Amino acid sequence: MSLVNERVHKQENRQKYCRFKKSGIKYIDYKDGNFLLKFVNEQGKILPRRLTGTSLKFQRKVSQAVARARHLAILPYVGDSLK
Amino acid sequence: MELKNYETVFILTPLLNEAQMQETVEKFRQVLKENGADIIHEENWGLRKLAYPIQKKSTGFYHLVEFKAPGTVVDVLELAYRRDEKVVRFLTTALDKHAVTYNERRRNGEFKSQAKKEEVKA
Repeated sequence: MSLVNERVHKQENRQKYCRFKKSGIKYIDYKDGNFLLKFVNEQGKILPRRLTGTSLKFQRKVSQAVARARHLAILPYVGDSLK
Repeated sequence: MELKNYETVFILTPLLNEAQMQETVEKFRQVLKENGADIIHEENWGLRKLAYPIQKKSTGFYHLVEFKAPGTVVDVLELAYRRDEKVVRFLTTALDKHAVTYNERRRNGEFKSQAKKEEVKA
């Protein structure tokens, strides 16, 4: 019986995945405010890849869509308690 | 000239009454038609709250036009936008094939029903 204690907690090594690849999203719509709110923190800043785990290709699409949404005043440049 | 898919959204100042707003939208529709664009779809989001004030106003009339056109139309259209002071903001984007399929799915109401708006692509 090997008494290998489980050092790594299950929570920590949960594999991050790119939600766009997994759900097959190909286009991120800049007009859809409440979908974009998921990728922006409370101050309205875009969430970094290391937190969301999205792939580089889709992170660029997200940032482009957020930039366009900000231009069209769908998303604020600087928000307070956005959620 | 190969037709490309474009999508343009513009915001009109809220100080217009309904007639003026329709007439401005009609003007831009004419600009598009004259330059050989065929309009696929149009949406009027009406008066919407802006995320931040533009020109000291916090609401605006949003209007979306999706059209197929040769490349030269965009400059003409944007020139018309810049000339018209009723338009406070505009954005014209080219649509790739994913965007076009997305728009079709959005039009036949595929995303409205889901609570979490999921843009699942074919």
